[in-house]
Amino acid sequence: MERQSPLFTAFVYASALLLAAVILAPVLWLFIMSISSAADLSAKPLNWWPDEIDLSRYGLLLSTLENSAGAAFVASIFNSLKVAGMATLAAIAVAIPSAWAVSRTPSVSWSLYAVIATYMLPPVALAVPLYMGLAYLGLLNSVFGLALVYLTILAPFTTWLLKSGFDSIPKEIESAAMIDGARLDQILRLITLPLAAPVMATSALFAFLLAWDEFFYALLFTSDLRAKTLTVAIADLAGGRVSDYGLIATAGVLAALPPVLIGLVMQKALISGLTSGGVKG
Amino acid sequence: MSGTWITTRAWLLMLPLLVVMIAVIGWPLVDTVRLSFTDAKLVGTEGSFVGLDNYAKVLGGSNFQRALVTTTWFAVVSVTAEMVIGVLAALLLNQQFRGRTALRALMILPWALPTVVNATLWRLIYNPEYGALNAALTQIGLIDSYRSWLGEPSSALTALIIADCWKNFPLVALIALAALQAVPRDITAASLVDGAGPFNRFRYVIMPYLAGPLLVALVLRTIEAFKVFDIIWVMTRGGPANSTRTLSILVYQEAFSFQRAGSGASLALIVTLLVTILAVAYAALVRKAAGAT
Repeated sequence: MERQSPLFTAFVYASALLLAAVILAPVLWLFIMSISSAADLSAKPLNWWPDEIDLSRYGLLLSTLENSAGAAFVASIFNSLKVAGMATLAAIAVAIPSAWAVSRTPSVSWSLYAVIATYMLPPVALAVPLYMGLAYLGLLNSVFGLALVYLTILAPFTTWLLKSGFDSIPKEIESAAMIDGARLDQILRLITLPLAAPVMATSALFAFLLAWDEFFYALLFTSDLRAKTLTVAIADLAGGRVSDYGLIATAGVLAALPPVLIGLVMQKALISGLTSGGVKG
Repeated sequence: MSGTWITTRAWLLMLPLLVVMIAVIGWPLVDTVRLSFTDAKLVGTEGSFVGLDNYAKVLGGSNFQRALVTTTWFAVVSVTAEMVIGVLAALLLNQQFRGRTALRALMILPWALPTVVNATLWRLIYNPEYGALNAALTQIGLIDSYRSWLGEPSSALTALIIADCWKNFPLVALIALAALQAVPRDITAASLVDGAGPFNRFRYVIMPYLAGPLLVALVLRTIEAFKVFDIIWVMTRGGPANSTRTLSILVYQEAFSFQRAGSGASLALIVTLLVTILAVAYAALVRKAAGAT
């Protein structure tokens, strides 16, 4: 691209090292805390690497012994999986027909902007009536209630992503099939949806990560093992009287593992999604 | 097929989404407006109509004004830092060096880390007794004794902003990097031949390609930062001495901790209005910028 002086090259490498250190250090430290003994973590000066690797906290948090710290943690993982799974499926289900309709019908495309605009709403603007409504329906502290609430975030979001996905599938393919006498449901089922499968998968993944990450509504609308999600469980640990910081770190590592793995494996798709829409704060 | 039928068909296909949106967004929003004119409690009393009392109390109160200043400061400083560091990181990642692919891959890490985990992680790093920041700064001799970074009103908000920046600047970097990769090589080559220095090259050759995507990132990040709740709740709960109490935290306390649904709703609507003004102003800005290039 340009001729590089040795000085410039040295500067580039030094900056790259700095950037790598800034990104990696906090994450590595979280991991090191999770495998250090409590004594190492409270030592002064601090032991930056444990004398002995201690994996016991992973066993503790993932044990399903009744009434143990592990049972509560495992329950919260399952709650998060259930809530995020249900909310994602429901969001995709309502988003597919609307995203297709908006993509193929210019006369209604303004409705998409109304949908996207709701995405800007602060959750506090909806929280009080949602709380009262869920209480009325008996859906407070329920994974179904929370999944329903998550549609406020996931439904507009997936519609937006799917719409741009459908936009990239040429209309002409559908028109050709229509001329050949195919009905609309056949066209969608046999032609459009299979072509849109990759976009639908990416959208579902994004939606799942958003729900997995969600904290505000989960904090408000869940209160115990029956519905408390992972994010609330971790915030409880961090803000509670747990004296073993390694245990908090271990919970953090376990909660971060699925999204981080998805992030690293799906990098290309995620980055193109991120950069085209600039999604997720 | 006629145009009206196609439009009708589109609305029919959108029906499930519209029903969901009305149930979980439209109705709650309208009900928040209604509640904001009442003295309803969260549980129990329905409340009676009190007109604009809630708004008058909220807008005149020092809590709101202080939270507005805190929120604005948090949003402006963290978003500015994220944009500057993000663009610098993107310029670096656009250079040729060994390990570039791996470093680009690493950038996804802070973004993928759940917000609550990020907040927890930094809370541990800032820990006053055993935290890594205290340990590191003491060991290299920058401070003599351990400090309570999140416990002092003077440092808590800055500590929060750093934690927020760390999580969000990589996203800006990835967006900027994608834009940089779209700059045609022959244009940069031509500017070199013409003798443009690095600064002019950035200003006149690269910036036009960066401006659009960065503006979008700026809009979305500012709105997100203005709504900030999670990271603050987990790290400081708005303390110490309310020095990190942003608007969203204030609404939470009013409506849920103190169970004053009515005034909580009016506060929430004021926040919504401010976010809307931001969004509309930015949309105009984006359209103007798009028209200019």
